[in-house]
Amino acid sequence: MSTESEDASDADAPGADGEAADVEALRERVDELEQQLSAADVDADDDTKSMVIVATKGTLDMAYPPLILASTAAAFGWDVTVFHTFWGLDILHEERSKDLKLSAVGNPNMPVPNAIASLPGMDRMTTKMMRKRIDDNETASIAELLDTCFDMGVEMQACQMTIDLMDYDEDDFYDGVTVGVGAATALERMADADVQLLV
Amino acid sequence: MSLETDVTETLDVKGASCPMPVVKTKQAVDGLSEGDLLEVVATDSGSMSDIDGWASGTPGVSLVDQEERDEGGETVYVHYVQVEE
Repeated sequence: MSTESEDASDADAPGADGEAADVEALRERVDELEQQLSAADVDADDDTKSMVIVATKGTLDMAYPPLILASTAAAFGWDVTVFHTFWGLDILHEERSKDLKLSAVGNPNMPVPNAIASLPGMDRMTTKMMRKRIDDNETASIAELLDTCFDMGVEMQACQMTIDLMDYDEDDFYDGVTVGVGAATALERMADADVQLLV
Repeated sequence: MSLETDVTETLDVKGASCPMPVVKTKQAVDGLSEGDLLEVVATDSGSMSDIDGWASGTPGVSLVDQEERDEGGETVYVHYVQVEE
């Protein structure tokens, strides 16, 4: 009997202690969960959208879409990164960006047959016509859009592999351009971005 | 009380085309305080949809009104953007 009663009291004692311990453990768990919840609330509050554009083209017409979308997204308050690679680097190239060209070759929507468009000097003429239209229409210039993007905090990145490939120098680019970045940097940003575009 | 009398600042973007009316509106709003009302005068017909879209997608601002007016034979698009309190 005594053994049994001892057993019973033994069973009771850890039971009572256990209950107190359980309550304590539960309190700790509740505190922990509350902390997680408030951290999650903070995360949810950070609803800033982000966009990554990969700009691969450097003709006068194709330089526009990334710059227009980037500056507009920045106006929305989004975090914007434009990753420039291959001929897209020319948009950021201090000299070359002032002289982006347009060709009618390979563009059947232009009113010049390919056979004529491919003659020497035709690219210069097509570019001149386009620049005149841009001026007449008061469309923002590439320089103006670039300034706007830099002013609004758009991160302009220049792909390091293609800088080397195109034999450009890091100093050829506008101040504020991020160099020394590659595909992994672009992908990492794209994975977290709300909008990803290849131009 | 008409909107005109409540205007804190007027932004003239006549002649400018996409994306500058929106970009300049944003830059102007950044220089204003809570409760201020910005009047944006544009000639770009696309600004009607663009400024509406921008205001809907941008926290802290609201589009109070938009109107199309004739100004000496030229159509202008006027937008009233309020900085929320």
